[in-house]
Amino acid sequence: MRLKVNKTHKMLIGGAFVRSESNRTLETVDSSGEFVSNYSRASRKDVRDAVLSARNAAQGWAKKTAYNRGQILYRLAEMLEAKSSSLEDESVDRLLYYAGWSDKYQQLLGTVNPVAVPYFNFSVPEPMGVVGIAASGGLLGIVSLLAPVIVGGNTCVVLAPDDCPVVACEFAEVVATSDVPPGVVNILTGTQSETLPHLAKHMDVNALAVCGSSLSRSELVGLATENMKRLRIFDQTGGPDDQGLSWIEDFQEIKTVWHPVGS
Amino acid sequence: MSDGTKTKSGKEDIAPMLNFGHKWDYAPSLEATDLLHIKPQQGHFIGGDFVPPAEGEYFETINPATEDVISTVARGTKVDIDRAVTSARNAYQGTWSKMAGKDRGKYIYRIARILQERAREFAVLETLDGGKPIRESRDIDVPLAAAHFFYYAGWADKLEYAIPARSAKSLGVCGQIIPWNFPLLMAAWKLAPALAAGNTCVLKPAETTPLTALLLAEVIQQADLPPGVVNIVTGFGDAGAALVAHPGIDKIAFTGSTEVGKVIQMSAKAKHLTLELGGKAANIVFEDAALDQAVEGIVNGIFFNQGHVCCAGSRLLVQESVYDRLMQKLDDRIQTLIVGNPLDKNTDIGAINSRAQLDKIRELVESGKAEGCEFHQSERTLPDKGFFFAPSYFTGVAQSNRIASEEIFGPVLAVMTFRTPEEAVEKANNTCFGLSAGVWTDKGSKIFKVLSQIKAGVVWANTFNKFDPTSPFGGYKESGFGREGGWHGLRAYLEVCSCD
Repeated sequence: MRLKVNKTHKMLIGGAFVRSESNRTLETVDSSGEFVSNYSRASRKDVRDAVLSARNAAQGWAKKTAYNRGQILYRLAEMLEAKSSSLEDESVDRLLYYAGWSDKYQQLLGTVNPVAVPYFNFSVPEPMGVVGIAASGGLLGIVSLLAPVIVGGNTCVVLAPDDCPVVACEFAEVVATSDVPPGVVNILTGTQSETLPHLAKHMDVNALAVCGSSLSRSELVGLATENMKRLRIFDQTGGPDDQGLSWIEDFQEIKTVWHPVGS
Repeated sequence: MSDGTKTKSGKEDIAPMLNFGHKWDYAPSLEATDLLHIKPQQGHFIGGDFVPPAEGEYFETINPATEDVISTVARGTKVDIDRAVTSARNAYQGTWSKMAGKDRGKYIYRIARILQERAREFAVLETLDGGKPIRESRDIDVPLAAAHFFYYAGWADKLEYAIPARSAKSLGVCGQIIPWNFPLLMAAWKLAPALAAGNTCVLKPAETTPLTALLLAEVIQQADLPPGVVNIVTGFGDAGAALVAHPGIDKIAFTGSTEVGKVIQMSAKAKHLTLELGGKAANIVFEDAALDQAVEGIVNGIFFNQGHVCCAGSRLLVQESVYDRLMQKLDDRIQTLIVGNPLDKNTDIGAINSRAQLDKIRELVESGKAEGCEFHQSERTLPDKGFFFAPSYFTGVAQSNRIASEEIFGPVLAVMTFRTPEEAVEKANNTCFGLSAGVWTDKGSKIFKVLSQIKAGVVWANTFNKFDPTSPFGGYKESGFGREGGWHGLRAYLEVCSCD
């Protein structure tokens, strides 16, 4: 019988696969309790590194054309399709769904405003910047929060659900081979109760998307308020009917521009 | 007409100007106040009636230009807030949320119309109570307030178009806390969209400027709105805190300082929250800008309403190549600004809203001097009584100086320079705020490049401090979240109905 190669699952930060700087690991076991693999237990420093990568990638990602972002999300869906079992079909479909939104939400959320003075005035959605994501609910849970965030031009730091580190790391491998620029998606594994507070109070994170966290709403508000993070708490990531434009809108700012037209 | 071509910096022929000294002053042109009938004591507006405060306490509101007491108004407490919220809840369940949208709209149209009819009364009262020049309250605050009610009245029967592919419903009872810089206009920004969307309201005006809100309550009575749809409780921060902490509130909308906004975010019980907070806007002037127009925009940006404007252009960023020319023009222009009696139609800069605010401005100005910035101020003489501060600016400012990073909320400009567009953007974004910005250049592509990189909710290109009911207003970062005005502002008072 062939001797198995035990894989050590690594995290994705700035396009590179890394272990935790703390060198800490956790173990996955199979149903009979036998050791399967090691994975990284992210530290506060890893959170900060990931935020830095996301910040460095933010301007470039936001500047890409909507068409290009759509192409990259489509590629991400393709790569997941190639790797996936039937269990992941819904996640592929969800990525595809948001890929198609890339060049459409702007026309639904933006307006030309008929001001009563001789000015041209319009409002456009803009990405918020760096979004922290604390996901739950397996791959579909991750994808359902990540896709509306990045299709809108944000970059993100994803804290993988505690109970599915391997799935999250495999998804990281899909991300890394999908033309998603380094730093746009960063994925950390470990324990959210340890990492989420650091992410939630980080002064260079613009928004938080949280689903199924052990932290209460008031705890999260307490952590997020110092730099006025936009806080979105979801009870569940829901079925396809719940997903849609409002999930993209949740991570967009509205910028209004005035210019004289002459009278 | 002496020293016509001598400039302040001693350089010749840069920007010659006429100088009449004091030989050409304006004769006073005072707006009449006899159309006002201000009651000496005024209660809260709860359930459609003016009622005395539960705990019987009143406080004085003064004219900041004379320090004379204008009226005494009820000091709201937790008990008053509780009554107002109950009244709003009853009105929400009993009438307002069930009323046909077109009828809600008609009531809001009535408010707009009556505001227009009584516009002069409102303008004079606003100027008396808050200290802003009558020209601004007459031409900007009051007409815009009426326009806001007109705009949102029309939305009331069109809510099915408000959220793409979803049914919209009202939120319930809204607690709304407004500041003293645009008292009536902020009341309109808050009430008009809330009412159109089918919500009922408890409004808490600022303690230094309660009077136009109470006059608006009269208008609401005159318009025959169902009792309790709009309730107004006057008072101090403790009344606001009671409103924020009240479990019967579905939405809090606050306009004010970032400091208080953070406290509200931490303590709000309501499910929905929008915050319009402070700012430290960069007003960026490139070398290819129309400089005379830019000077007008800079003056409007920082001296409009005595600089008591959250979106004020309080940081001027000037490209080095035009710095001398621009500053000469700006200094000359500042010397012409008339500071004084807000009721005088010639006045450009009125009274500082309160002694506390004047103290805050002075403290920050002293910090600027202590940190080594160069202080420049108009040489105009100020009235003996009342709270006044002459238009001022600092040069030699570093980004780390307090006057460059903290909101002064007064007629004080911090001037800095830059060499490249990249540097301008970096300096503009080097703030925890993100409410507004100005960009001055005749090159269209430069406008779009720069404005797309600036983290601010409102960008004025070749203009500044323009407002309209159809135009969304609100901030990035620590300037708050949510938008007011336009379709986006309506959305802040609606949620997706999960009932269908």
